[in-house]
Amino acid sequence: MSTPHKVVIGLEVHVQLDTRTKLFCSCSTQFGAPPNTQTCPLCIGMPGTLPVMNRRALELGMKAALALNCEIPRFTKWDRKNYYYPDLPKGYQISQFDLPMSCDGYLPISDAKGRFEPKRVGIIRAHLEEDAGKSMHAEAAGKADSRIDLNRCGTPLLEIVSEPDMRSAEEAKAFLTELKLLLVYLGVSDCNMQEGSLRVDANINLHVDTSEGTKATPIVEVKNMNSFRAVERALAYEIVRQTEAWEETHTELGGPGGFKTTRGWDESAQVTRPQRTKEESSDYRYFPEPDLVPVTVTEDQIEQSRQSLGELPAALRTRLEATYEITPYDSDVLVNQGRALVDYYIELAEACGDGKQAANWVQQDVLRTLNERQIPVEQFPVSAAALAPLLEKVRCGKLDANRGREVLAGMVELGRGLEDVMREMGIAEVDDSALETLCRELLEANPKIVADLKAGKQKAVGGLIGQAKKQNPNVNPGKVRQLCLELVEKM
Amino acid sequence: MSISREEVEKVSLLGRLLLGPGELEKMTSQMGQILDYMHLLSEVDTENVEPMAHALDLTNVLRDDTPGVSLPRDEALAAAPHRDDECFLVPAVLGDP
Ligand SMILES: [Zn+2]
Repeated sequence: MSTPHKVVIGLEVHVQLDTRTKLFCSCSTQFGAPPNTQTCPLCIGMPGTLPVMNRRALELGMKAALALNCEIPRFTKWDRKNYYYPDLPKGYQISQFDLPMSCDGYLPISDAKGRFEPKRVGIIRAHLEEDAGKSMHAEAAGKADSRIDLNRCGTPLLEIVSEPDMRSAEEAKAFLTELKLLLVYLGVSDCNMQEGSLRVDANINLHVDTSEGTKATPIVEVKNMNSFRAVERALAYEIVRQTEAWEETHTELGGPGGFKTTRGWDESAQVTRPQRTKEESSDYRYFPEPDLVPVTVTEDQIEQSRQSLGELPAALRTRLEATYEITPYDSDVLVNQGRALVDYYIELAEACGDGKQAANWVQQDVLRTLNERQIPVEQFPVSAAALAPLLEKVRCGKLDANRGREVLAGMVELGRGLEDVMREMGIAEVDDSALETLCRELLEANPKIVADLKAGKQKAVGGLIGQAKKQNPNVNPGKVRQLCLELVEKM
Repeated sequence: MSISREEVEKVSLLGRLLLGPGELEKMTSQMGQILDYMHLLSEVDTENVEPMAHALDLTNVLRDDTPGVSLPRDEALAAAPHRDDECFLVPAVLGDP
């Protein structure tokens, strides 16, 4: 997917705001209701109805905008975007055109694996608008009608438009991942792509250095991408396709045949295909919405909203790295799992006193169990306070790590405390004098191994470890090894 | 005349209005007259006048995010020219998946 040219990607993201009711009426926004059971005369576009703005949608939009480092204008208004489509019964969408509720922000992105340099992706604007309904197309032959469900009609969306600041498909994916994480931390949206709470369109083209200066290839808007992975693949595909198209035709943006086009991602074929383009943007004939009065925002409201943001993912990563001495990679994995897992980790790290060890156990054992059982960390049967003493035993060598993992599995399985489970599993800590007695006996019984060890063949100690484990499964192999070597030294 | 026949044609297409040849002439002339009349406004000096976003001198009419009662489905679908038990039916939408 490499290209010799500069890649230019901008994203348009629609997220559904986490309100209970629609943007301009009090119908529920609950996902999954039977078709056309969450509508009223307003959201199905009956004449004579009047919209009233949802306060919560405005508050959530402002939180998101502030977290994206946007300016919040003190005055914002509504506009009608006119187009005909069966899932839009009014014949216009209420949106924001020239005075959006926020603009000029940025979102920093970076890659814990270092695949690209950290950078800021500019945010042109984030504005509120209402969603349309859903068209369903009967596949069966002879059934030519489309079925329309208007439950989603009027659901509050925040449209976030980035600057064309991304230079690769990886950067675009990183932007989306970070944006989603931010919005989920804020409680602004659940960003569930399967349920349509987050949708992405991408604009992509290439800037080609030629002997006559830099030329831009025609911009392509890519749609129908149903996952972040699909976005990454669709963009990677476009980079190759546009590179080849440039080599073949040298068609320039704005030149003959060089207009902006729309293509849809075909997931099964893993290609983009041309789509019929809707009206040009000037044809939406935006005009001020006469049914809604403007909104003014005060300094106080903005300050209050800013205070309510809480600790955001970027700051949280930095704090974890500084406080618990873990790597950016570790902090990234933990923070990406959501605030609840981070809280579990912090409690564990505090209680066991070793941030790195806590990070390892949370990432490996805890996360694996959560994934296997498909449960959130809140339902993990072993609390951080209960796990901490186990980690301490492993750290000071009373239990070896593998044995410790078995104990944790037992705690998860039985839902009981550490001491209980160790007793149940017949695991006893081996005290130091018992261990020494055992090692002495083994050395006495194995003169050949002792001779090998004296001759410098350290590998021979493996035989002793094996026998020690047979006699007492609770011994720590590392300790047996160390002690045997010490004893042989003294012989 | 401040609007051309082509512009009226385009606007009628965007508005999904099918105008016959006679109607197109008539509309072009009538819309032109309306626009010419509105043009009177450009004679007013608006140099120091803030653009108005709304006719009412009101802002911040907001409601709480509290669910209310939606329509029973049969009522919601009652006025539809075509429907089935659950949905509005429309001619197949072309072009889009
Ligand atoms: Zn409604």
